[in-house]
Amino acid sequence: MTIEMISSSAETIETPVSESGEIVFEHVSKTFATNSYPAVDQVSVRITAGDLVVLLGPSGCGKTTLLKMVNRLYEPDRGKIWIGGKEIHTLPVNELRRQIGYVIQQVGLFPHMTIQKNISIVPRLLGWEEKRINDRLEMLMQLIGLPVSYLPRYPRQLSGGEQQRVGLARALAADPEILLMDEPFAAVDAINRERLQTELIDLHSKLNKTILFVTHDVEEAFRLAKKIIVMRAGKLVQYGSPLELVTQPENEFIEELVGSNNILRKLSLVNVNSILKARENQSFYTSKFQPVEKPSTVLHPEDDLRSVISLLLCSGKDSLPVKDSEDQLLGMVGYSDLREMLISNLPSE
Amino acid sequence: MNYLVNNFNVVAELFLQHLQLTLAVIFFSLLIGIPLGLLLARIRWLRGPVMSVLGIIYTIPSLSFFVLLIPIFGLGTRPAIVALTAYAQLLLIRNWLVGLTTIEPAVLEAARGMGLNGWQRFWQIEFPLALPMLLAGIRLVALSSIGIGTIAAFINAGGLGVLLFQGVITANYSKIFTGALAVTVLSFAANYFIRYLEQRAEFRIYGKRI
Ligand SMILES: Nc1ncnc2c1ncn2[C@@H]1O[C@H](COP(=O)(O)OP(=O)(O)O)[C@@H](O)[C@H]1O
Ligand SMILES: [Mg+2]
Repeated sequence: MTIEMISSSAETIETPVSESGEIVFEHVSKTFATNSYPAVDQVSVRITAGDLVVLLGPSGCGKTTLLKMVNRLYEPDRGKIWIGGKEIHTLPVNELRRQIGYVIQQVGLFPHMTIQKNISIVPRLLGWEEKRINDRLEMLMQLIGLPVSYLPRYPRQLSGGEQQRVGLARALAADPEILLMDEPFAAVDAINRERLQTELIDLHSKLNKTILFVTHDVEEAFRLAKKIIVMRAGKLVQYGSPLELVTQPENEFIEELVGSNNILRKLSLVNVNSILKARENQSFYTSKFQPVEKPSTVLHPEDDLRSVISLLLCSGKDSLPVKDSEDQLLGMVGYSDLREMLISNLPSE
Repeated sequence: MNYLVNNFNVVAELFLQHLQLTLAVIFFSLLIGIPLGLLLARIRWLRGPVMSVLGIIYTIPSLSFFVLLIPIFGLGTRPAIVALTAYAQLLLIRNWLVGLTTIEPAVLEAARGMGLNGWQRFWQIEFPLALPMLLAGIRLVALSSIGIGTIAAFINAGGLGVLLFQGVITANYSKIFTGALAVTVLSFAANYFIRYLEQRAEFRIYGKRI
């Protein structure tokens, strides 16, 4: 089945003419000399410019190896990789790397350099003027939410979470189109991890970079990803949006991994708005209106169905009104909608 | 003390000779040791054989080493510098290698991933991070060269060893004492000065720790 899938996905890869942030893998394979099995096995996938794509899979399945082939820390044995329509070997290796942000779990800040020097290292290599570097530094510190008073400090004077923010700023310093992140939040405590994840989502929506993000944490993948590449034993098993993985898992491995049977996860991937839309299509939404006696709880179109359940349970009602940001009543949503939603296939967004 | 007061110029000149010899040894040691250490840091399998050779050289008794080199380099400072530089490699490279190989791999990976070339990685990352250990190695080289260097007076290399040898032959205790004192002062000064540089290099990396 995986073989069929790979050959079909390979067909979708045509001549790569594309935006500069696009990454295309074509039949990429790599076997380390010390191993008898391939670390990455015939991976073909096209990553659209500007997407936040998560590489997900159990430890040892080849995520890091695939990632490191993009900035040529590893060389593939076979296959080709293009970024922005250019085969990566057509550039001098260090020029390529300076165009790609790289963030790793252990951060790897330079301990003998101040935060300022750490962040400005690539712009300096690229010969930026002092003024431009300083402006950029200020902008980056704001972006990662650290005060500029941190610039003269050394990495050892920062907490783990702050160091990883600096690592991110350093990777973004020369404004690369592509950001490679290898389990960047794995070593950070749970509270800070969630905060960093939120910040990354925020940052991605602001900057519109292509982000290839490696994790083995399913929750993290679902929080962040626009699309998820699931890998297993070096092979790409499925490539799709979180909702697609949950509703149309390619096989039992995916089903188990993403918890396709987990009702709450399913519900968390759909929001109120899609119920309203689905109803519109079936044009029976008016029939669902009920007389309202001043309910205190209100739903919003962007609420996911998981929070709708908890709001319904808390309110003790069978349905709750949905209002938009201008306090306009859009309809009622209740248990019956959730039931319908779960019985029928979930609507795609 | 009488001897020192009456022959201050002689003692000062020998002191300078000894300093020069030590500086020359440090210079040539670095010239060989820095690239050799880098090579060993990159090529793992070379470490064992090279370090054992350096270990064997280090065990050659100093007086016989000096004398053995006379047929090749003649008398004077040249065989002394050669022998002391050969001894120094073990002390220098062992420390330099520790400095280079204990750099956090993530730091080097980040540097590579960001597009620093080999030269930039060396000067901007590896050298400053391994510098405290390199300086520790240089300190050992300085101290051992100052000590063993006294014996080099035997092969006409000059230095403070001259006072010791002459003092022993003529049973001039004041001369012996002066020579010993001067060597001690030189050792302490060298130790203190290089330790200071070491601490500065450490401070940049680790902050207030020492
Ligand atoms: N530098 C290396 N040398 C030899 N084998 C490696 C190396 N890096 C990874 N591998 C092997 O390749 C496989 C994939 O590793 P990796 O890409 O690091 O997986 P992941 O990042 O998904 O945990 C594993 O079997 C691992 O042992
Ligand atoms: Mg990994």
